[in-house]
Amino acid sequence: MNNNYDFQKDIAGCGLTGIISTKGRKISGSVIRCSIACQHDRGNGLGGGFAAYGIYPKYKDHYAFHLMYDNMEAKKTAEAYLDENLTVDLAEEIPTKKSKAIPTSPILWRYFVKVKDSKKGSSVANISDDDIIVNSVMHINSDIHGAYIFSSGKNMGAFKGVGFPEEIADFFMIENYEGYIWTAHNRFPTNTPGWWGGAHPFTLLDWSIVHNGEITSYGINKRYLEMFGYKLTLLTDTEVVAYMLDLLIRRHGLKPEIACVALASPFWKSIARMPEDEKQMVTALRMVYGSALLNGPFAFVFGYTRGMVGMNDRIKLRPLVVASKDDMVYMSSEESAIIEICPSPEKVWAPKAGEAVIVNLDKDVAA
Amino acid sequence: MMKIDARGVYYRNLNKIIRDAVASGEKEFDLINVNGQRYIGDGLQGSDVKIDIHGVPGNDMAAFMDGPTLIVHSNAQDDVSNTMNEGKVVVHGHAGDVLGYGMRGGKLFVKGDAGFRVGIHMKGYMDKAPVMIIGGTAGNFFGEYMAGGVLILLGINRKKDTPIAGDYLGTGMHGGVMYIRGEVDPYQCGAEVGISELNDEDKKNLSALIKEYCNDLGFNYNEIMSEKFVKLYPKSSRPYGKLYAY
Repeated sequence: MNNNYDFQKDIAGCGLTGIISTKGRKISGSVIRCSIACQHDRGNGLGGGFAAYGIYPKYKDHYAFHLMYDNMEAKKTAEAYLDENLTVDLAEEIPTKKSKAIPTSPILWRYFVKVKDSKKGSSVANISDDDIIVNSVMHINSDIHGAYIFSSGKNMGAFKGVGFPEEIADFFMIENYEGYIWTAHNRFPTNTPGWWGGAHPFTLLDWSIVHNGEITSYGINKRYLEMFGYKLTLLTDTEVVAYMLDLLIRRHGLKPEIACVALASPFWKSIARMPEDEKQMVTALRMVYGSALLNGPFAFVFGYTRGMVGMNDRIKLRPLVVASKDDMVYMSSEESAIIEICPSPEKVWAPKAGEAVIVNLDKDVAA
Repeated sequence: MMKIDARGVYYRNLNKIIRDAVASGEKEFDLINVNGQRYIGDGLQGSDVKIDIHGVPGNDMAAFMDGPTLIVHSNAQDDVSNTMNEGKVVVHGHAGDVLGYGMRGGKLFVKGDAGFRVGIHMKGYMDKAPVMIIGGTAGNFFGEYMAGGVLILLGINRKKDTPIAGDYLGTGMHGGVMYIRGEVDPYQCGAEVGISELNDEDKKNLSALIKEYCNDLGFNYNEIMSEKFVKLYPKSSRPYGKLYAY
């Protein structure tokens, strides 16, 4: 994809916010817009984005593909691929509103798709629809020049681009969407280009991640993921986390809390002081998933159909604050960004380094 | 007294209003509806200037501050009192990470918990001795590379089994002193830290500071002093001398 945006190495923030209603209550996108706009100065206008869950109830059994194209030719090629491999039940332009802040954009289109019966994998080989969708995403992103899938989950969607997040919110008119989980990101690119595909969130299936920091272990993580068929095409470290979650949680069946221990595992000196059974478990995780360990400073929030997780790196080099009130849980880089949308939370706390805060929908809530 | 409604006011405008007013002689400020505005009180001079802040101020409050008093009537965020030179900050709630980074004078009192990397490289010189008192607990790297001043950690209302401080306590410490109310496991401490009882001089200093802290934040002095404190001190003023000097 074209990268026409000037960027330079700089040292600063990135801001993020995540909100979830554990009762599955729908919240307008205008709420999270307020919170991320409060962190305006954590970004520099080179990336903003949102992920929302529960926004496509009419098509909740379809995978919702959001694509960005550099040109009509890329669109034609990608659509031919989609038609051949998937049933496309609705194809439409993603509604946007051009503004002075966002005068140009890639061509933005969305498709509600299902895996064709004739293309379904064999249950003997244990190939699921999700696997086929992942393969389609990897194929389009790596092999169709100028076409990128930036969202591919069911009943959820990512909206992102180059601009401040409040400008991106207005561009996609996110106030028109209602979701029970929202995440938002304000980007300050440090080591990688600011371009539409490189804005957060990064997604795969229903995984979405917004991240503040740097994954300095990117090279190791990338090579590890490639062994499992993932192709890393978006020029940004955060992409590895989205695919790592897919690999560890969906494909390897780890619980989110265990996957988080693999991603930000305790230091050996802490492991040495653990009770024996915990010591064995964490030692095994470190040995099996050494290449999944994320190094470097980070705070991230990831969402999935039934929940949201916030976590820091192992020595907490980036900020993360969590607050709760009634059925709502909020996570953000700054407390003020939570107060902006929840003036008097019942509880506000900062999770410890490497401690995952996992918030799931109540058991009786259908997502 | 100047009252400012900060709702929706961009930080640059807010701080300009304050600086201009101080320059033309205003001494007292009451800021209401503050939320997330950065850099409040930064580089501000005048020991008779007092600012009351209602709402959560943004990052880097009181950086390089040189004299004024800031009273925060709620929680504060990260980087309070970065390289502060003189003055006083009182936070009536918890505060975030990296408080008092390279602080070289003045006082920072926090009622609740503090985050990670608090009091890194605090320093003192001649008559300058910065003081930070945290009422709750602190995260890892408390007092890392401490070079001067006084760090006090009280652990009030902490839950059982919650350590008062995290790991790497005082790693690289080579000046100043810490007083911690409760037990410290040597495992938590950096190799450069010594642990001892308080001597009479320590007790005198601590007592005066705790009195002032209780006065500002409404704690009961006798209750706080009824628990045992330990003293953390640097074993050497040049712990890395052999590493870097030839």
